[in-house]
Amino acid sequence: MKPLNSVIAACPPSGIRRFFDIAADMDDVISLGVGEPDFVTPWRVREAGIYALEHGYTTYTSNAGLPKLRELICADLASRYGATYDPGAECLITTGVSEGLDLVLRVLLNPGDEVIVPEPCYVAYEPCVAFAGGTPVRVPTRADDGFAIDADVVATAITPNTKAILIGSPANPTGAVQPRAALEALVRLAEEHDLYLISDEIYDRLTYTGAHTCLGTLPGARERTVLLGGFSKAHAMTGWRVGWICAPAAVAELCVRVHQYTMLCAPHVSQLAAVEALSGSDDDVEAMVADYDRRRRVFVKGLREIGLDCPEPGGAFYAFPSIRASGLDSETFAEKLLQAEHVAVVPGGVFGPSGEGHVRCSYATALPQLEEALVRIDRFLRAL
Amino acid sequence: MRQILELLERDAQLSPDTIATMLDLPVEQVREAISGWEASGAIRRYKAVVDWDAVDEDPTRETVTAFIDVSLAPARGVGFDDVAARIARFPEVRSVYLVSGSQDLRCTVDGATIRAVSDFVSQKLSTIDRVRSTATHFVLKTYKRDGDDFAKAEPDHRLPVTP
Repeated sequence: MKPLNSVIAACPPSGIRRFFDIAADMDDVISLGVGEPDFVTPWRVREAGIYALEHGYTTYTSNAGLPKLRELICADLASRYGATYDPGAECLITTGVSEGLDLVLRVLLNPGDEVIVPEPCYVAYEPCVAFAGGTPVRVPTRADDGFAIDADVVATAITPNTKAILIGSPANPTGAVQPRAALEALVRLAEEHDLYLISDEIYDRLTYTGAHTCLGTLPGARERTVLLGGFSKAHAMTGWRVGWICAPAAVAELCVRVHQYTMLCAPHVSQLAAVEALSGSDDDVEAMVADYDRRRRVFVKGLREIGLDCPEPGGAFYAFPSIRASGLDSETFAEKLLQAEHVAVVPGGVFGPSGEGHVRCSYATALPQLEEALVRIDRFLRAL
Repeated sequence: MRQILELLERDAQLSPDTIATMLDLPVEQVREAISGWEASGAIRRYKAVVDWDAVDEDPTRETVTAFIDVSLAPARGVGFDDVAARIARFPEVRSVYLVSGSQDLRCTVDGATIRAVSDFVSQKLSTIDRVRSTATHFVLKTYKRDGDDFAKAEPDHRLPVTP
């Protein structure tokens, strides 16, 4: 047989998969490895989805997505951040941010273009760049700086082939929220070198220590910024697969073109549920955010008390403690912890070399479970 | 400070330490606030939410609950307050509200058997002065009570490790 696609064949499977396989076979696992909310989608949103099914909204929608939903998204961005996007020409509905990222990269990149990816970062960033024909170029960030992106370090990675910088804030896996000044410096750098900025803001509502900065609202950013967002995290709607892209019209138009030939449209029922999420579910979101924040404080304090150094996670629902004191690498730490104490965490190394020496712990888990996990991790550390 | 009460209302077993961490407050301040509310009566007491249908140590023993709507003749000067207070003093009465609509009071009454509740209504409630009529609705099944869902909880459908 002729060889399969060499780029895809060369892409290693996600390092997360192996831990899933081990954990799935165990009883009594406390999983801090889950990258999604422990809340079920708020009932009023589920009920809207049921209503949509009952009334036969089982068809395609327009390629760009329901106009009502695009209007609500743009209005929400305007009221929350002062961002101005035209729902008709600058916004489209995707099947989650995952599809949005793929679309944007395909639209922006020509073969050989480089995309700078500050890491540790979400596991899909680098593979998606490669699948779109580009070359991901990693740039490290440091726990000591709270994983802030240093524009000077980014600048050293820029070549004539650099096309874009891809960032996520608040971040999976670190929970880091990029300081406004760091983002402003990135925008200046992008202007200087004529680069696009791809900003994954799926966790925008989940910030605890300060207001979220929407990249598209920074001076000079709008014309070169592609915003990615969605409903999975703040509205606890991961399985509905609905997200959005807001971008300058020229970029959005080509995103719709790829989308119309590949995905056609995001699921109709999910789009209607998302309309309800933006119309009447704000109290639900605020209650969930308040709950994450309380658990965050208890869990981070607990990690520090058992001797794990943990940078303050200002957003998302992840803590990213250093496990260097254990003397183990992150992969070994995670595997031994799972075997010995049945606590699943994700080794930081799978998110990039700068994540090594850390593990990702999701606190989207009930408080008693978090407290029990801390007891078990403490016991594990003492037994080393 | 209101948040302390909201947390306790959801889980009265949370320790002041945990509450202090959750809300980023000094633990002493949390302790003092709670003691203050306990002393002033803002926090009346702490109790468990029991799903009696799930208690199976003695299946023959059950608690019967009824909603009883009471129609009253008002009295000059006191309205319905005196009769309501009088009804509320019976230990088997769990709640008493003055409501709008065709009836005046809505009460919740617990008893060991349907007979016990019926006897209470016919012998105690209906015989109170100025009670004109009563309408009794026995509870057949509790789905949700005071914000607590009594349906079987859905299991966690999430995969144990996801990106």
